[in-house]
This record gives sequence, structure tokens and C-alpha cells, in this order.
Amino acid sequence: MKLTLRIWRQSGPRDRGRMVTYRVEDVSPDMSFLEMLDVLNQDLIMRGEQPVAFDHDCREGICGSCGVVINGRAHGPERTTTCQLHMRSFADGDVVDVEPWRAKGFPVVKDLVVDRSAFDRIIAAGGYVTAPTGSAPEAHATPVPKPDADVAFDNATCIGCGACVAACPNGSAMLFTSAKVTHLNVLPQGQPERERRVLDMVEAMDQEGFGGCTNTGECVASCPKGIPLASIANLNREFLRASR
Amino acid sequence: MLQHTVGAPLADTRAPDVPLERRWSERKFTAKLVNPANRRKHRVIVVGTGLAGGSAGATLAEQGYQVVQFCFQDSPRRAHSVAAQGGINAAKNYRNDGDSVYRLFYDTVKGGDFRSRESNVYRLAEISEQIIDQAVAQGVPFAREYGGLLDTRSFGGVQVQRTFYARGQTGQQLLLGAYQALSRQIDAGTVEMHARTEMLDLIVVDGRARGIVARDLVTGEITTHLADAVVLATGGYGNVFYLSTNAKGSNASAIWRAHRRGAWFANPCFTQIHPTCIPRSGDHQSKLTLMSESLRNDGRIWVPKRRADGRAPGEIPEAERDYYLERMYPSFGNLVPRDIASRAAKNVCDAGFGVGPGGLGVYLDFADAVARLGRPAIEARYGNLFDMYQRITAEDPYRAPMRIYPAIHYTMGGLWVDYDLQSTIPGLFVIGEANFSDHGANRLGASALMQGLADGYFVLPTTVNDYIGRGEFEPVEPTHPAVRAVEAEVRERLHRLLWVKGDRTVDSFHRELGLLMWDHCGMSRNESGLRKALERVPELREEFWRSVLVPGGGGDLNQELEKANRVADYLELAELMLLDALLREESCGGHFREEHQTADGEALRDDDRFAYVAAWEHGAVMHREQLVFDHVHPSQRSYT
Amino acid sequence: MSTDIAVPPQKQRPVGRFWASTIGKKTVMAVTGLALVAYLFAHMLGNLKIFLGAADINGYAAWLRTIGEPALPYGVFLWIARVGLIVAVVLHIVAAAQLSLRDRRARPVRYVHGRVSFATSTMRWGGATLAVYVVWHILDLTVGVANRDYVDGQPYHNIVADFSVWWVNVIYIVALLMLGLHLNHGFASAARTLGVATGTIRTVGTVVAVVITGGFLVVPIAVMTGLVA
Repeated sequence: MKLTLRIWRQSGPRDRGRMVTYRVEDVSPDMSFLEMLDVLNQDLIMRGEQPVAFDHDCREGICGSCGVVINGRAHGPERTTTCQLHMRSFADGDVVDVEPWRAKGFPVVKDLVVDRSAFDRIIAAGGYVTAPTGSAPEAHATPVPKPDADVAFDNATCIGCGACVAACPNGSAMLFTSAKVTHLNVLPQGQPERERRVLDMVEAMDQEGFGGCTNTGECVASCPKGIPLASIANLNREFLRASR
Repeated sequence: MLQHTVGAPLADTRAPDVPLERRWSERKFTAKLVNPANRRKHRVIVVGTGLAGGSAGATLAEQGYQVVQFCFQDSPRRAHSVAAQGGINAAKNYRNDGDSVYRLFYDTVKGGDFRSRESNVYRLAEISEQIIDQAVAQGVPFAREYGGLLDTRSFGGVQVQRTFYARGQTGQQLLLGAYQALSRQIDAGTVEMHARTEMLDLIVVDGRARGIVARDLVTGEITTHLADAVVLATGGYGNVFYLSTNAKGSNASAIWRAHRRGAWFANPCFTQIHPTCIPRSGDHQSKLTLMSESLRNDGRIWVPKRRADGRAPGEIPEAERDYYLERMYPSFGNLVPRDIASRAAKNVCDAGFGVGPGGLGVYLDFADAVARLGRPAIEARYGNLFDMYQRITAEDPYRAPMRIYPAIHYTMGGLWVDYDLQSTIPGLFVIGEANFSDHGANRLGASALMQGLADGYFVLPTTVNDYIGRGEFEPVEPTHPAVRAVEAEVRERLHRLLWVKGDRTVDSFHRELGLLMWDHCGMSRNESGLRKALERVPELREEFWRSVLVPGGGGDLNQELEKANRVADYLELAELMLLDALLREESCGGHFREEHQTADGEALRDDDRFAYVAAWEHGAVMHREQLVFDHVHPSQRSYT
Repeated sequence: MSTDIAVPPQKQRPVGRFWASTIGKKTVMAVTGLALVAYLFAHMLGNLKIFLGAADINGYAAWLRTIGEPALPYGVFLWIARVGLIVAVVLHIVAAAQLSLRDRRARPVRYVHGRVSFATSTMRWGGATLAVYVVWHILDLTVGVANRDYVDGQPYHNIVADFSVWWVNVIYIVALLMLGLHLNHGFASAARTLGVATGTIRTVGTVVAVVITGGFLVVPIAVMTGLVA
């Protein structure tokens, strides 16, 4: 199939950036979206142009590196990561707009690459259990009810890709933050730091310039790992509990 | 072709000469300690933030060292350990099924086809239990039973259920545990984290590793970082093959640069082919995706009994299917070790029984398991893997069997280290997949996570203490001639890459090298193929430096330049892999030489001639470390 | 041996920290919003008294001023309620304005291929429209300056007079539909902000919106159709 791509090109943080139109031919429906960009880039390089910079690494949907906004949707039309989006989701002749994540907390580095280090700072503010190596009790010392373990796991599957922020009309990082707070606060191991964790993480989140949550659910609709809106409600509950 | 010479033998002198069970306690006792107040005067560089690097950085910082840590990804949370699916082994014996530290040790040595060091493997088995405790304390959400206790499952090559797991995302969960511990230290100011920064060379001053030269991948700035010890936790070199289950960015540059600076490279030809990957779909393929080995717990592998059978799998009656692993290995069945399962798949496909495009695939069928356990149970165990398969192939594995084919997955070889995980350069420690230490010629499933975390959380902190406690560390100035020289070399090399301005892309070289290596140094190897490749690789390398085209400059984010730098190293490393494979005239584990097989096609080891580690000094000088087996006596591995 | 730095004392006072955070502001919006919903519900029920005749609704209006007597002087309860409502509205609007500003700043460069979030725009623009409407509504039926036929203490007369003018009906109905949309998202959103995680909360929000909007709407419809005259 043949596609027309309109891709955001921005040479660096200080460049204003613009959409540039490219045509790609010989696109196979079995290609991933990133493999399609590879084809474009090989072509650009041979033509003496600059290839399109985009983040990617594992290409199996788990590292969270990749992520672009495709036709206005974070990670494109399917609920998955960009690397796991395949070209069979598009039709011959489609015009596809490709843009970077847009948020104050995620400044553009180059083309489709953004700086997501804000997420690392939110985790560093409290997204951990203080358990220095060597201090751990025997693993079976504290049983964890299976339902709690399952909730913890479901929230721990967040890959930190940033699609929630990109999709949110307010550029809010609530879904990301709520996933980590919920994962750790539901477990017995997370209890001693439960209140400090949520207060510090929310404060860090706010300091990074992310917007507030208006409960529209756009984040959940774009989340490749299916983190539920209930996690945000839970973050609010944990925050109120800790603020009492 | 590369000419090699044989150098003096070497031996691991760090494992104490006491009974196996006491070696690690003894080593911990004899290791020199560093007063906590003095630790903060010492800087330790850790390169890589996967399970090994993340856990090492966090633990060293907790101990009080000033840690300076690097990763090329935009966040330490993205290191490729994140993609490990199946699980982590530990000798907890929670199942009461006869497991023990000794059995885990035994299984690992045997699974590695008797090419690993007993001392190291025993310690690994010993530490395995503490890893689970540590991970649980960090909040790693392992799968649990209704009673609230941890669940375990089986993995290939063993008959006990000792694999702890978090659905199909165990690597991710363990990595996030280490990442969070590391983040805590970053917040506390004890770890200086440099993300999107790639190590380009090692600084050796007066024979000791004292720092690295790195490139800030965003600004292009070349920076020098000095320290008292350097830890490499940079993973394996499977991307030499271009198509592998590694991440696109996974690379060998850190270990290869260290090798060029004096660290010996052990068993480079020991690469692991994983039996259950999704077959490639076309020339555009940029990487291969693994389907966890845990699927072999419930999935049955088969091919049609008729060659080139064009029927859909559902139309092939039971009697016309060959469940070849169950037929050939009745006691282990579908759970034979990876090397055996991979080779069996290759053999049936080579014989014309393969399925799917090009006949390069076998079926992994869950119909029986779904009938026996119900779809919800299968969903709970493997849901994310099934989704992933469906996403990539557009086929529903609940309805039709998966198609799988082996792919390069892991490299057992790596920089040579002693019992302290120290390389042949004093002060350079190598941990995780980057070293060669624990898996011999074949790694058992769910052992990579165990090794990475054992090295980082528990081994390294002791041995780094010892190294720092014993040494005197004069400060090295950034103006030191040795430092300046390395910086200059790094700049010169990048400059050269940028100014070739040829007419072939980096990827085209990488693909060609990968195909060559897969054909001649992949699942099976023979002398003529290896010799052919050994002739071609230097030519290709020469072509690369003559005609590679790297667009852009060095002063900003330039992903082609990053790739070019890595591929230039693969083009050197590949040659050493081929040479090592050529000289190891036996079959063992992942290294299968067609000339050395039993009548029924099984690997034929030659313990008399090859029970050694081949440690390569730069310049093709091979040093042998003789392996001694006091406890597990080498035998023909039997999984029948 | 750990070299962790001790937890630094919290710099801000709890109330300041709460108001400074996005979730704190959002909580203020949720609580004030729910208080306003409760008020609207009572207001809507009171309006329905119009169907019981002029004496009934006029009596009801007079009674509102006598609540709390003799402990409270005449009309004081109503003023307490009014002050409470004003405080709630002000807090609701200030928090909303601050958050909206923050949200706009959180995406300094917009998407070229943009999509509009229906829920968020109905909350923002709908909310602003409602604020303007409420001012007019008070001038119209409480103070009476915007209503030529206004007679103090005669709500039945005032309502019928009001809804006999077509453009008043248009304003009223449009405002009510805005209110319905605002409540449809706002109720569930407030519940989520206060930590309610169940999925059914959206349905509850829709029911609340329909009941309140419908309850208000029947009055002008009844006047227009001559059911109430």
C-alpha cells in the first residue's frame, strides 16, 4: 500500500517545527508502524535528507520508549503501543498525521522525540518502597491476598510511555501517578510510606507542570496497558486520606 | 582471516579453596570492608540500568558510595530486562517438590552443558532465595495463590516448579523494583543519573579502570567521568545478528571497547537461540518477538507428519500430527532445554515439515490446555502473550495454534570475570548478561533474571568493597594524558564515521552482517561456513568504513550515528565469535557444530579437549581457563 | 548502613498544600459542586409546587423566610443559605478558573490534528455560560430588576409572567440544557475526585442530570402550553 505521511519535523528544542509531507510506497500490512518509519528513513538517508528521529527500543510493547500521536490519537487507532500497531490498521492511500506527545512536562527534543524525565522525577519523589538490599524478611512472612496482589499487578504494568498525558485534553499525568500509587499503596509492604508517598508524588507531579484531571477518560482510552480510571479515583482517595 | 595465538592459561583465583557450600560465606568474610564514612569518598561508575545495573547502582548507593550511572535509554526504567517474560528461578522449595540450592546448582551446571564454573553457579543458587525476599519487600507483585502465598511454575530443563513469575511480565516487574530502588537513591542525591548517555570508551590509568568517556545523545557532548571503579552492566551482544529478541538499542559497544582496552572476552560463540519466537513476516522485519518459554508448560509443539502439508492446522487430524518433542524426549517432553528445543525445530523445518511462510515455523498448540483448564485459566496465565501474538500476526491463538520459530535471544559469552565478577582489568567489574560467568554453553529459562539480580544486589557490593578497601586511589585529573588520549580517540572515531559520507546506510550493513552470522554462526555451525564468514566479515568491515552513509552531525540527537558506532563494533566482535566457534571443535549447549553430533543428531561434547573457557585477549590471543567439576560430573545430557 | 537523608519537615501548612495541589483544588470543586447539586435539587422540588397552585408555591416561598423562627429572625436562614451558596459558587469558579488556566499551560503547543474533548469543553464553556445565566436569573426572579412584571413575594405570578415571554423561555431552556450537560459529567467527575471508583457512577450522574434538568424544564413547558396560567 501507499501512504501520505505528514510528520512533525523539529530540528531541536529551539526550532519552531512544522509538519512535512512525505510519501511512502511498498508498505506491507504486516509491518509495524515503526518499521514503516524505518522504510521512510532509509529512503530519506539515501536521498541525502535527515531521517525522522523517534524513540523506540524493545519494539515489543513493554519498554515504553515509543509513542507518537497518529491522527490525533496517542499510539494511533488501536489500543496498543506504536511499535505494536501494524499497518493493517490503515488503508491504501490514507493520509496519516504523525506528531510528538504534546505537553509542557514533555518538551520536544527533536522531531518526534520528547523528554519524559518528568516521569522519573515523579517516581523518585516517592514511587518506591524503602527496602534497602539485605533487609528483606522471608518472602512468605507476609501473605498478600490474591485480589490485592492482582490490583497491584494490574497497576504495576504501566510502562511509563506517556500516552495518558498525550491524550489528556489537560496534559495531566494523573493516570501515570495513580498507577504507581495504587500499586504500592494496596500492598502490605507499601503501608509504612503510604501517606508520604501520595503527597510527595502528587506534589512532584504538579511541579512538573502537568494539568489537572477532569475525569474525561481519554487517558484510559489510550493506555496500552489498560490502567483503569478507577486508579485515578483511588489516587484521589489516597490523597484525601493522607491530607486529613 | 584472523590468525590466533594461544596465550598462557588463566584461572579464577578469587574463589576460596574451601568446600563448595562455604565458598561464598568465606569470600564475604575475607573481603575487605570499607568504613561507611569512607565510602562516600569513593565514586563508582555503573553503566546500564537493567536488572544487574539497576540493582547494583541502588545497592552501592545505599551502602554509601557515590554512584554515577548511565543508560542510553531516556529512562533507567526502559533497560531491556524489562522485556523478560517468564519468570525467575529460586531454590525456595515452597512446592515441597524436592528442590534445594544443590539441585538448582546441579540443574544450572547440567543445563549449561558443563561449560560453567561450579563456584559461581553454586553461589547463584544460594543467593536465589534472597532475591525473592528482596523483590517481595520492594513490592514486586508476583503471582500469588488464594492463600496469599507465592505461586510458582515450571520452566524448561528442570522437573521442579521453582519459577516465580508476575504473569508474562516478570522482567518488567523486577526491573521496576530495581528502578524504584535506584530512583530513591537518585532523589537522595547518592546516585548521579545520566540517561540518554552512551558509554563510548573505558579509561584505564596505571592498569586500573578509572572512568569512562560517554556521549550525551541529546547534545552530542563528549563527557569524561572519573571514578575508583567501573561496573559494566550493559547486557549481551545478540544484536550482532541484526534480527534478535534484543531491543533495537541493545549493543555491545561498552564491553567491546573494554575488551579493546584489556578486558578479555570469554566464550564469544556461546549464543542462545530461543525456541519460541514469532516467525518473521518479511524483509522489513526489524526485530523478533519472543513468546515466553512458560508457554511450553501448557502448549504442545507439533508439525504435520506429511511434508509441506498445506492444510490448515485445524484440519489435520490427531493421527497425522507429529508431537516431535514428546516423541523424542518422553520424560521432559515440551519442556526440554532451549538449545534442544530450538535445534529440534530447525531440524524438522529443514526436513520440510515446517509450517507457515517459507516453512519456517512449527505449531505451539493450546487446544488441549484450553479443553483441560478452560479458557479463563489460560487467559490468566498467558493472556498478555496471546494478545501480543494476535497483535503481531493478526491470528487468534485461542482458535488456531501459534506458529513459532527459534531466534537469537541471549548471549552466554561475555567479558571474562573471576569469582568477584572482576574482569582482567582491575577495577572493571562486569555483571549480568555482559559477563560470561554462570550459564556455560546454554542458559536455562528464568535464570537470567536470577543472575542479573544476584550480581547486582548481592555479589557486587561485597566485591567492590573488597577492591576499594584494598586499593589506594590517587585522584585522576581530567587532564591526565591517558584520559585525554581516550577522549581524542573517541572524537576521532565519531568524526570518521560522520565523514565517510558513502552510499550505503548503516542498516544495510547491519542486515548483511546479521544474515551472514545467522547462516554460519547461528543455530548450527560447520567449519566451511565459519571459514567463509571469517573471510567475509573483514571485507564487510572494510566496506563499512569506506562506504557507510551517516547523515547529520555529531552535535545533536543523531540516531544514525549511534547505530553506526554500534555496528562498527559488531563488525569486529563478529569476527571473534566466528573464530571462537571455529576453534571449539565440539558441540555444547547453544554451540552446535555439525561435525560433532551423535548418531541421532544430539550435541556431542568433547570434555577431554574442550572443558575450558576460551578467554580472548584483544588481538586474537586465546587463554584457556580449565573448568573443574568436583560435584557435577559431566555426562551426556539426557532429557529423554 | 543507609545514608538516607531524613525526611525534611513539610514546609507548607496542610491547608496551603492542599489548595496548592491540583487534587486539592479539584476536591474543593467537587465538594462545592455537590453542595450546589443538592441545592438545585431542593430548588427544583420547590419549583414543582407551581403545579399545586398559586397559594401553595407562594406560601412555600414565604415559609422559606420563616425557617428557624423564633431562634432565627425572619429571613435570616435564607441569607445564610445565600451566603453559603455564594461561597460555594465563588470557590467552585476560582478553583475551576485556576485549574483551567493550568490545563491550558500544560499544553503550550497544540496538536495539528487536534481533537476536541466534549466533556471538558461543556464543563468550561458550559460552566461560564451558567455563571452568566445565574446572574441574570437572580436579577430576573430574586431581585426583580430584569423583570418588568415583577411583584415581590408573588413567585407564581412572576414565573408565569416570565415564561410567557418567548425569549425568556429560550434563555431558560438553553441554560437548563447547559446545566444538564454540566451535571452529566460534573456529578460523576466530582464523585471520582472524592474517590468513588465504581463504573456505575457515570449512570448515576446521568440520572441526576436528567432528573434535575427535567424537573426544572417542566415548569416553562407547562406555562407555554397553558397548563399553568
